[in-house]
Amino acid sequence: MTSQVEITKIPDTFWQGVRDCIPTLLGYISIGLAFGVVGIASNISVLEIFLLSVLVYAGSAQFIFCGLYVAGAPVSAVIITIFVVNLRHFLMSLTIAPYFTRYSTLRNIGFGTLLTDETFGVAVATSGKEGRLGGRWMDGLNVTAYSAWILSCTIGGVIGQWLPNPEKWGMDYALVAMFIALLVLTLGNVPKTKLMHYIKLIGCLAVIMYVLLYFVPGHVAVLIATMTMATIGVVTEK
Amino acid sequence: MTTTTAMVLLILGCALVTWLPRIIPFVVVRNIKMPDVVLRWLAYIPVGILSALVIEGLFDTEGEYVAIDWMSMAALIPTLLIAVWTKSLSKTVVAGVVTMAALRYIF
Repeated sequence: MTSQVEITKIPDTFWQGVRDCIPTLLGYISIGLAFGVVGIASNISVLEIFLLSVLVYAGSAQFIFCGLYVAGAPVSAVIITIFVVNLRHFLMSLTIAPYFTRYSTLRNIGFGTLLTDETFGVAVATSGKEGRLGGRWMDGLNVTAYSAWILSCTIGGVIGQWLPNPEKWGMDYALVAMFIALLVLTLGNVPKTKLMHYIKLIGCLAVIMYVLLYFVPGHVAVLIATMTMATIGVVTEK
Repeated sequence: MTTTTAMVLLILGCALVTWLPRIIPFVVVRNIKMPDVVLRWLAYIPVGILSALVIEGLFDTEGEYVAIDWMSMAALIPTLLIAVWTKSLSKTVVAGVVTMAALRYIF
């Protein structure tokens, strides 16, 4: 991160950032559209879908928001769950922030505000190749992703309104299906040697969830079970 | 349908708790180091949360005993297989929705 001597191959321009974002756009568009449809099925209005995508700007958190909202979870449970779900961004920011220490605090707040799983992925891959990251490039990447997300979520919401009686069509299951897909994709990034450990932990989690559901509402069970699983995970890893 | 003050405040609350973890490292990273054990703990959180949300949907807590929701369990298997096979969010969602719609039509 310090004293880079090699010549940067990727120019530090906004447009280069936009170009490097394009391969990830299909992901934003498909999840965004799905979120809009799920949001409507969860009794959230198009305006609220728009506000969520502008202000929260996090796919999994927005889906979980719908799930908790439909379940009638209290405000505190929604906010704590969203906080815990997005703690992973802390890890990602921690990983790429050292590349931007030469920029002002305000610019850095900008980079952090628009950080997502995908822009993090692109930035990490690029920093691996280039050894450095440029601010204008990062802004181009971030702004493109952000615009695509807001647009696709809102359009998804509008499409969702045209689908009458969403439950009959299984639309309410879109949320669970999305979590299954996100889980499988996340597990796909786990190193092969650790996969069995994770699968055993999910087994533990199922048992913990079953027991907890006798005593606490579902959203509390999710939170307690997850933190218990993470603790068991740390204690039992080799 | 538009929105309510309560909903806007809830969204703002969620926005704040997603924004802070994103920006804090960028503001203070110059010289902090997270304890290794905290990083390792955090690494399990995404898989934990997602699994817990999927598992929650498989149980029916309406009755006296916590029971398995067989309809959701039946839809889980093809959805999971499609997810593993295609590694695609959109295809998995379509497969899940179609499976659930078919199950509700049959039973």
